[in-house]
Order: sequence, then C-alpha cells, then structure tokens
Amino acid sequence: MVCIVLLMSIGHALLGLLEGGPRHGYDLKRAYDERFGQDRPLHYGQVYSTLSRLLKNGLVSEAGVEAGDGPERKRYAITDAGVTDVERWLGTPEKPEPYLQNTLYAKVVLALLSGRSATEVLDTQRAAHLRAMRDLTRRKVDGDLADQLICDFALFHLEADLRWLELTAARLDALAEEVAR
Amino acid sequence: MTTLLSAEGLHKSFGKTSALDGAGIAIREGEVVAIMGPSGSGKSTLLHCLAGILPPDSGTVTYRGQDLTAMTDNARSELRRTEFGFVFQFGQLVPELTCLENVALPLRLSGMKRKDAERASRDWMERLEVDTVADQRPGETSGGQGQRVAVARALVTAPKVVFADEPTGALDSLNGERVMHLLTTAARETGAAVVLVTHEARVAAYSDREVVVRDGRSRDVEFVR
Ligand SMILES: Nc1ncnc2c1ncn2[C@@H]1O[C@H](COP(=O)(O)OP(=O)(O)OP(=O)(O)O)[C@@H](O)[C@H]1O
Ligand SMILES: [Mg+2]
Repeated sequence: MVCIVLLMSIGHALLGLLEGGPRHGYDLKRAYDERFGQDRPLHYGQVYSTLSRLLKNGLVSEAGVEAGDGPERKRYAITDAGVTDVERWLGTPEKPEPYLQNTLYAKVVLALLSGRSATEVLDTQRAAHLRAMRDLTRRKVDGDLADQLICDFALFHLEADLRWLELTAARLDALAEEVAR
Repeated sequence: MTTLLSAEGLHKSFGKTSALDGAGIAIREGEVVAIMGPSGSGKSTLLHCLAGILPPDSGTVTYRGQDLTAMTDNARSELRRTEFGFVFQFGQLVPELTCLENVALPLRLSGMKRKDAERASRDWMERLEVDTVADQRPGETSGGQGQRVAVARALVTAPKVVFADEPTGALDSLNGERVMHLLTTAARETGAAVVLVTHEARVAAYSDREVVVRDGRSRDVEFVR
C-alpha cells in the first residue's frame, strides 16, 4: 500500500520540484531523495520512466540537450499543463485511508516550496477525512456490534491521520522555514 | 433549511489577548455543527458569544432575526432559559440537589409545578439511561452518568439550540461515544440544533458538518458560500 501510494505521487512530486526551474533527471532524483526519499530513494529507472510518461502527456517538455547522448543529458521543464496538474493534485484530497503519510507530506512540502497554501491542502484533506468518519459513525450507530467494531477500527486509524494533519498545521511555520533552507 | 442562529464579524479581546478576530458562523434549524480547532483558537469564546453569555466587542449575533447584542440583559437571560440548553465539560450540576432535581431545575425556574417538572424530567432521564441515578447526588455518579444527567437537563426544556463545550472531554472513549450518541439522537428527535465544541475528531464525527476556528477566525464553509 505504502509503495503504491508513493508510486502514484512520484509524477506529481517531480512536477512540483520542476516548478522551481528546469532540471536534469539526476538532479531531480537528488532533490526528490533529499526531500521525500528518506528510507526509499528513487531508482534512476523510475525517474526516467516517470519523466517519459510526463513528457508523453505534455506535462513536461525537454529544455535543452547537452552534447553526448543518453537520457541523463536532457533537461526537463514543467509545462503550463503540468502546473495545472500540480494544482489539481494539491487541491484534491486523497481518499481517506491509512498509510497516506508519504503523499500528504509531499503535498504539504511542495505547496510550501511553490508558495501555495499548505493550510489549504491540510484543510481540504481534513474535511475529506471527517466526511469519511461521519459516514462510518452513521454506519456504526445503525449497526450491530460487529459493524461497530469494524467501523471503530477504521475510525481510530482515520483519527490518527487527522491528528497528524492538525499537528502539521500547527507546525507549518517551522516547516516552511526548514523547507526554504 | 432556514438559518436559526448566526454570527458575523465577531471580535472579542481579553485585555491584550485577541480571542476572536472576525469570526462568523451560521447554524440552521436542527443541524448538529461541530466547532473544531487548536487549543486557544477561540472555540469556547465563539460559543459563549453565540449563546449570549459573553458580549462580543463588535460584530452581531442573530437568533431568529433578533440581534442578541442589542437586547437587554434580562431579555437575553430569558432567551437563554427558554430557547437554549447547555452542556459543559464539568461542574454544571448543583451538588446539593439530586440528579432528578437537577434535571427538573430549569422547568422549576420557569414556574412549572414540582410534580409535573419531575415527571418530565424522569422521562428524559430514562431516554438518556440515567433514571437509575435519579435520587443520587451528582457527586455519587460516574462521570459518564453525570454528563448524561447534564444532557437530560439541557434537553428537558425542549430548547431550539443545545450548546455543548467539550461535553465528552472528561470521559473515556466508550462513555464519550455514548453521551454523543444519546445527545445527537435526542436532539435530532426533538429538532434541536446542537453547537458542539470539541477537539476530538471521533466526537465531531457525530455532527452534520464542522467549522474550523483558527486564531479567532472561523472557516464556515456554509457561511462563506
Ligand atoms: N476569561 C478570559 N480571560 C482572559 N483570557 C481569556 C479568557 N477566555 C479566553 N481567553 C483567551 O482567549 C483565547 C481563546 O480562548 P478560548 O477559551 O476561546 O479557546 P478554546 O479554543 O476554547 O481553547 P481550548 O481548546 O483550550 O478550550 C485564549 O488565548 C485564551 O487564553
Ligand atoms: Mg475551550
């Protein structure tokens, strides 16, 4: 699960990093690993396959090729469509489910890096989580003991996410400083 | 649904501390709204202003078309007694009275005969599953029972709005959920709106929607729209 979620957001994370200016593939990998790859650095293969997908979809463009050949010579730049895609990604809450930490953390950091509102990202997610918790609570109230126990399990996990969202909201200023360094 | 109670542009300071800085909210008839936000963000102050307990420095609070801030103290107290119910975290029951007498108190204050008041109170205590402690004093009940007695007392006058500030704050999960379940079920049956202050998501999940307060400003999606 963690892996899948992470994979789904690599494209967006790379796009977000490209908003700071065009970069080589290996530059991107380094920037990604530094910010999001703590215990799970990207493989070069992943970076280039993601970039070629982004290229095909018109979200990045080639911004100059240095002499020699091989993908590592190319610089990539984000396109207008790419920026729109990042914006849509940041503005859309993740489906509330456990193990979202990588994606949410990446969204918050990229919002800060690009001067967008990280509070907005957290609030949007918070609303989606509470909506899911409300549905579960309704199911629980109408259900039998088995329903209650199953719903409670999910509720406690979503609550843990929410506590992280709140704590992060309270630490945004400090995180912004660190990210800017 | 029509708006029952709303506040706009509320400012409130305590000395140099600004507790509310342009807060606004709209509560519709019969809805359960959770007010959430970090500690010290102004949730309780907002609730107190909405309930006419605390006058804001500026801004308006409107209940059914009446401006609460423009009313006389007497009119406001009367409104609170007849239209509003209150549940707080603790310390709200009179220790010298039995639980039944506590629940009956608001009715007695409205001039109802003792027998009638106690009959109505017993009904509510049964609904909240605390009829067993009717003759005990609040100090002789568990925290969860005490809160449910308080909920019975808040609902016995058939209020239009119940204000609850961290009603489950001193309870464990199971008892907290029980209080929330009984409170929201009873409120929905009687059509009372509930304004619930809580920082617990699982408690807020009993509401219809939430309003987040941050640094004295509230984000009421319904209101902004
Ligand atoms: N009676 C008072 N005198 C002085 N300062 C007050 C008073 N009531 C509230 N404040 C201050 O106003 C701000 C908002 O307080 P409030 O009680 O509304 O916060 P809250 O969101 O309910 O917090 P909590 O979750 O801790 O209950 C805080 O800084 C608080 O210290
Ligand atoms: Mg408070």
